[in-house]
Amino acid sequence: MANASLNHEFDRILAREEAGLNRPQKGSRAFRKLMGNPLAVAGLVIFMIILLSSIFAPILTAHDPLKINLREMLQEPSAEHWFGTDRTGRDVFARILYGGRVSILVGLGSSLIAAVIGVGLGAYTGYVGGWVDTVALRISEIFMAFPQIILVLLLVSIAGQSLLNLIIIFVLSGWGSMYRMTRARMLSLREEEFVQALQSFGVPTLKICYKHILPNALGPIMVNITLTTAMFILAEAGLSFLGLGVPLSIPTWGNILNVAKDIRVLENNWWMWLPVGMVISFFVLSVNFIGDGMRDSTDPTLQG
Amino acid sequence: MNNKIALSVKDLKTFFYTNKRCNKAVNGVSFTIKKGKTLGIVGESGCGKSVTASSIMQLLPRLSRIEEGSITYHSEQGDIRIDQLDRNSKEMRAVRGEEIAMIFQDPMTALNPVFTVGYQIDEALKYHTRLDAKGRQRRVVELLTDMGIPLPEKRSREYPHQFSGGMRQRAMIAMAMSCNPKILIADEPTTALDVTIQAQIFGLMNKLKEDNGTGIMLITHDMGVIAELADEVAVMYMGIIVEAGTVDDVLRRPQHPYTLGLLDSIPVLGRGKYQEIKSIRGATPDAYDRPKGCQFAPRCDFATDVCKVTPQEEHLSETHRVTCHRIREISQNV
Amino acid sequence: MSNANTPILRLRGVRTYFPIHAGVFKTLVGHVKAVDGIDLDVIRGEVLGLVGESGCGKTTLGKSILQLVRPTGGEVIYNDAGMQVELCGLSNDALAPYRKKLQIIFQDPHSSLNPAFTIFGSLEDPLKRYGIKSKAERRKIIGDLLEAVNMQRDYMDRYPHEFSGGQRQRIGIVRALCVDPELVVCDEAVSALDVSVQAQVLKLLMQLKIERNLTYLFITHDLAVTEYLCDRIAVMYLGRIVELAETSAIYADTLHPYTQALLSAIPVADLDKKTNRIVLEGDVPSPVDPPSGCPFHPRCPKAFGRCSTEVPALNKYHRQGHDHFVACHLLEDNAAQ
Repeated sequence: MANASLNHEFDRILAREEAGLNRPQKGSRAFRKLMGNPLAVAGLVIFMIILLSSIFAPILTAHDPLKINLREMLQEPSAEHWFGTDRTGRDVFARILYGGRVSILVGLGSSLIAAVIGVGLGAYTGYVGGWVDTVALRISEIFMAFPQIILVLLLVSIAGQSLLNLIIIFVLSGWGSMYRMTRARMLSLREEEFVQALQSFGVPTLKICYKHILPNALGPIMVNITLTTAMFILAEAGLSFLGLGVPLSIPTWGNILNVAKDIRVLENNWWMWLPVGMVISFFVLSVNFIGDGMRDSTDPTLQG
Repeated sequence: MNNKIALSVKDLKTFFYTNKRCNKAVNGVSFTIKKGKTLGIVGESGCGKSVTASSIMQLLPRLSRIEEGSITYHSEQGDIRIDQLDRNSKEMRAVRGEEIAMIFQDPMTALNPVFTVGYQIDEALKYHTRLDAKGRQRRVVELLTDMGIPLPEKRSREYPHQFSGGMRQRAMIAMAMSCNPKILIADEPTTALDVTIQAQIFGLMNKLKEDNGTGIMLITHDMGVIAELADEVAVMYMGIIVEAGTVDDVLRRPQHPYTLGLLDSIPVLGRGKYQEIKSIRGATPDAYDRPKGCQFAPRCDFATDVCKVTPQEEHLSETHRVTCHRIREISQNV
Repeated sequence: MSNANTPILRLRGVRTYFPIHAGVFKTLVGHVKAVDGIDLDVIRGEVLGLVGESGCGKTTLGKSILQLVRPTGGEVIYNDAGMQVELCGLSNDALAPYRKKLQIIFQDPHSSLNPAFTIFGSLEDPLKRYGIKSKAERRKIIGDLLEAVNMQRDYMDRYPHEFSGGQRQRIGIVRALCVDPELVVCDEAVSALDVSVQAQVLKLLMQLKIERNLTYLFITHDLAVTEYLCDRIAVMYLGRIVELAETSAIYADTLHPYTQALLSAIPVADLDKKTNRIVLEGDVPSPVDPPSGCPFHPRCPKAFGRCSTEVPALNKYHRQGHDHFVACHLLEDNAAQ
């Protein structure tokens, strides 16, 4: 009555079971499920390729991303310059590789710092409750209500553009959702009996909250970190494209894209914006696939 | 064919296929549900009793299937082979709810919290009967009254969370009985209820049996409930029925070592402080790592080498059957 | 024959009320009177059963004694080697030495252990708290206890999900006993277990009690188990004790109408026992809005005039040589001796 392919799968499993071939599987079920998810595996592969390329940039290219060479400007892709050169003769391929370092750093770094603040606060206030919790909740709502662009404009006009300022802004606008998610998990976990048992022994609050309960909440948090990283990379690209992000002197994917604001570049010099656009898209896609895969594999309610 | 039998199950096998492994949750069970009688299926967690119920209702989860065997519903129009119907087919949906109904253990999660109780019963009536809106409303009030819910008109407009546990269970029974099913499957209906409320529900279920001639399949882990309500009993262990018969047969003359062990391990009210309770040694084996032959052998005091072969069912009398190699020796001992 | 031992625990007028806040401004609209005036002595070395249905307050009482939930009023006096210590007013730090002596075993074997830690990891902190400084010593204590509950020593390095319900409950017992308590509150400790496993755990609890000189407060709704296990039984209804006596007296000489109905309602796995079932009307009441007078009077088959206006006190009666406490106007009027 179930569809035919499911029936075949069942028959296969039954045959293996009868032959005694199925053994209790060692290792994490979540990991196995992740590896069995084709999109997640594809995502993982693409992610690793891009990440490793950025890390090992000096090995992959001999060109200096910052070196201006006006004699070689606006060249099409060639054997010498795999992705051609930009308006000041800088090698685009090298810029993408080195730029990746900064973009990924900004994305990952911001999301990790936001996680440390959000999770750290959420775990404590969620456990303790009371007025501390209410106050923290309202503060997080205030931060979350602020549109990111306005914050960027504000900070840029006050403090000027810099890599650090961008990270600060991302952290400020991103910690709220981490906080709320951790707090929500904490609210349900603190009612568990093992927590009451720890209380019955008089174990101190901080220890209960950070050492004992938090590890149980980490599953969805890890997933969220990956997805936030992707989000921040996109945000950085967007802001740098607008000229509001990282200063143009430092190569980032968004900064490279910045040149596409000019319609002549868009029409005539495709190598300056298309490759970098694709790299950003693939990277963000791959992170999303990995995040989705992680979410599916750690969800205990999904069958299989 | 005996016109007193409402449902026959023969050699039913239902296997689960999760985590790429095969769990033989129900591994060859046969029984009948008779009109106006209660069949009690008793066993501990993991024995397959709830899966049997889900198989009959064709409500199994996606990664499982009925492997073998037959489930035959003896309706007035003839026999219907439930195991051969598609789960969401018209025929199955006509059977489910109208001919065979089910009530579950936890009434809070079985009732939809965002609809009133009256609405939910009305929905069942709308689908299975041809009554108009007024007729359905009257029937809802009638049902709630029959189930002993005071102020039925007011109650039918209330939400499940406004009902207490016992009342919710009654509401669920009302919903199940709304279309006059011939068979009612009750999966641990009173386990989540307080003892004094349980007593009320027992009275209600006996009344249903007598007034409507409903055949009841009662699933429970509590031998006391079996003694109270059941006419016939089947004891399940690891997916098979190890002993079955009338409630007299099984409770007064238990033969299978597992049944004996279960009955000996329960403190019985009235036997005093110094009653002997003996525990069954060992633990239920892992479903994926089953012993060869008789499933109970590793925990059985009477096990010998012959028990390495799967035992066949034997009839001790017309009603009493046991699945065990060593019954001759055991009956001499007991 | 009343016990001449000094009680290990004395409860006087213990009340635990939970505030109810409603409306936009979260104003206080009332209280859930979970525990509403309990006077009780727990004798050292006994198994005292605390029985009742949902909403009667038995679990809240157990937690109130251990100060896991702070009582709203009354006294919980613990006998610490002769010294009487009032626990209710103590801060969390001052309570620490007494927490060691009063422990709890929980009902649900699936949520009572931290899934992220091995057994040893979960139990380390409590032991460290109570001054077991060396790791080797901690491992020894836990290992010895695991063997005492018929499990292997190396189980302490496994994770909870590798164990069955019955095994996890035994680990819960190890946890409660690892700090060497004097009194253990068993909060529905066997209710979530399969019947055959229940028997194993019950026998284990009795054995450990004798070996380690423990006192148990056994909270349950299962009156068949208490008949087997307990020395005395207190029956609770809506936050009060309605009957308290030695086990044999509760079953043979049941005085309170609620206890009578409770006992008759239990399904018995014995075909020869025909019960005259008293089926109570109505539902188990909620402690949010308790009835006036005797809390049981709306459902009581024997209620009369006074019952709806006056709350009956828990009086002591002397029956067949035993102390038998009952809170019922019927008996006051008869003044039975």
